[in-house]
Amino acid sequence: MTATITRKGLKVALFATCANDLMFPQSPIATVELLERLGCRVEFPEEQTCCGQIFTNTGYYDEAMGSVKNYLKAFEKYEFIVGPSGSCVGSVRHQHEMLARRDAGDAIGDRVAAVAARTYDISEFIVDVLGITDVGAYFPHRVTYHPSCHSVRVAKVGDKPLQLLKAVRGITVLDLPNSEQCCGMGGTFSLKNPDMSMAMAGDKARNVASTGAEYLVAGDNLCLLNISGVLNRTRAGIKPIHLVEILARTEGGN
Amino acid sequence: MSTDVSRGSRARHDAEPARRTPAPPAGDLIDSPRFQEAVKVALANQQQRANLRHATTTIRGKRARVVAELDNWQELRQAGEQIKTRVGRHMPDYLLQFEENFTKAGGVLHWARDAEEANRIVIDLVRQTGEDELVKVKSMVTQEIDMNEALEAAGIAAWETDLAELIVQLGHDRPSHILVPAIHRNRAEVREIFLEEMGRYGTPAPEGLDDEPAHLAAAARTHLRNKFMRAKVSTSGANFLVAETGSLVVVESEGNGRMCLTLPQTLISVVGIEKLVPTFDDLEVFLQLLPRSSTGERMNPYTSVWTGVTPGDGPQAIHLVLVDNGRTKALADPIGRAALRCIRCSACLNICPVYERAGGHAYGSVYPGPIGAILNPQLRGTASEVDRSLPFASSLCGACNEVCPVRIPISDLLVHERHKVVEAKKADPPHIPHTAEPQLIKAASWVMADHKHLEWAGLGTMMGSVVLGKMLGIEKFGAMPAPLSRWTSARDVPMLPEQTFRRWWKQNRGDQK
Repeated sequence: MTATITRKGLKVALFATCANDLMFPQSPIATVELLERLGCRVEFPEEQTCCGQIFTNTGYYDEAMGSVKNYLKAFEKYEFIVGPSGSCVGSVRHQHEMLARRDAGDAIGDRVAAVAARTYDISEFIVDVLGITDVGAYFPHRVTYHPSCHSVRVAKVGDKPLQLLKAVRGITVLDLPNSEQCCGMGGTFSLKNPDMSMAMAGDKARNVASTGAEYLVAGDNLCLLNISGVLNRTRAGIKPIHLVEILARTEGGN
Repeated sequence: MSTDVSRGSRARHDAEPARRTPAPPAGDLIDSPRFQEAVKVALANQQQRANLRHATTTIRGKRARVVAELDNWQELRQAGEQIKTRVGRHMPDYLLQFEENFTKAGGVLHWARDAEEANRIVIDLVRQTGEDELVKVKSMVTQEIDMNEALEAAGIAAWETDLAELIVQLGHDRPSHILVPAIHRNRAEVREIFLEEMGRYGTPAPEGLDDEPAHLAAAARTHLRNKFMRAKVSTSGANFLVAETGSLVVVESEGNGRMCLTLPQTLISVVGIEKLVPTFDDLEVFLQLLPRSSTGERMNPYTSVWTGVTPGDGPQAIHLVLVDNGRTKALADPIGRAALRCIRCSACLNICPVYERAGGHAYGSVYPGPIGAILNPQLRGTASEVDRSLPFASSLCGACNEVCPVRIPISDLLVHERHKVVEAKKADPPHIPHTAEPQLIKAASWVMADHKHLEWAGLGTMMGSVVLGKMLGIEKFGAMPAPLSRWTSARDVPMLPEQTFRRWWKQNRGDQK
């Protein structure tokens, strides 16, 4: 654990991710506010676009390269790159190097690998780099946490999001039954296998509803979009919220 | 399901009186519909879903408990991976070493390039004995090459003796799981199949048979007893071939395998070339990995090891048909070859949320689930619709990667196979139907290659969403027309926000630097 004090004024590049930029701006905004509150200096390299996994995971390697090269251009000069998405961060760390070596050779591959290794999910960055689990947040509500598959199995953030969540003042974290099972989002899986995706999302939504939580929390907004889409259709009254938006809230703050 | 099956089987009895063994469903697996179409049928079968949910949940729990008992589980997995990787790297050497030792011990080795050649060899070997029936140890590769039907066509009856395979065979059905082929059946269905079918093919089920598992097992035992005592020929697969000694190894739970391996005079084993391990000591790793991963047991009840012929004891003619059937092609793919490490434990099926809901038949293959989705396109190629759809039959959740005892990176291989399907699609062969997907992806790729493109596209979409929302007075999107209905038929989608993050940044932090 690195002492907080030595990390004050740390320069952090925000990797907003394309889905958050366009559809869920409240999450990268909360990331900026949270990191600033924790003493970091946040920059947003405006060249950034997307991790490219929508292409990679659909089998379009060549088409993913634009995103890979763009990521390198946007973030290479930074020591800490932080994003509010286990899935996008996981894709950068797990897939960019393979794509780059295949397409552009080892010189570019080495550079891409180096940038990928400096990329963190927000929960990892706070716990591992800043050495903090209590970020001073306040959220007096009952929540349940869905550990998104890519955050756990690709980015491998472990229980860091839960450590952060449980340290929030006023919060009640309720166990989610079958929490480790996929919600059925899976990027283009939800379009290519819509029936299966719905069956999985339906089961996940039922498990979420069974907890009695007011909020469903995750570190990936697209999983939340999928599950809350079903919850909303069934008027379950459970609101989706990204982990970082809870962490950004303080008592008396917004 | 069960009524459909028995109706179908009755019709088939009338039409094909000449058959010796129960007819499986009509048609070739390779002509199965695309996974996403087959899934619709599976999802509508609540009985099967309940059976699968119950069975996979139980077996997942058992596996997790026995795996947690071992402090060195991760080291065992690494050892399993490394041994199998080594076998792949030196396949020709180990095959030759095995051949030499197996032959020295009195076995007769036959090489088969593909399913047709393997079946022809087995048929010839059975004919040489003068017999017209045999008993079978459960074996995946004989399912893969559709050996039972090839034998049936040659007038030879092959009787399954594994309980679940017997249920499948008598039920005019296909296996839906690697380890538990009748996992899609519950005991009420099994009872009906036994009562209806056993009498047609041998000793009938006892009158008044109920659906107590012990009574069903007893009925199967009685039904099989005659066949075991009568059989002069048996076939088996093998879980492992030991290059160093020329031995074959079969692990099983019921003892039917032991009967087949010891009673008949002639034993014909049909085994894929990837089943090799270098040394006898290597079994120490796999005999821990396999039972804990597959049945959730510390040790399987029966482990049979045989090395050639022992005079006066057991089969006096020992044959082995070593099958390639696409394996060397898979071995030639530096990434895809990891799938050949598979020891057929089924842990990836049991953990898979897609398999749990789809069942095995939707995969149109004897290898279902995550491993089937990466193995079939390699072994069979991607010429068929079902094989092209299989790499996409996964949400890439990665649960399978964590339980695989030989650490096959299954989701990476799924993506790799997707890439191969896409490359084939781009090469534009006439047998692949045209879709707009490559063009759409190309357009999206252009958007993501430059932030200015993304800003324009985002602005356009957002304005469209906001204007539409204001016009219609709605705060979310409900049902939408196809293809968006794939999403919105079951889910609401929120309106896009009025401001992107980028705009917020420019307005609130833009004066930095």
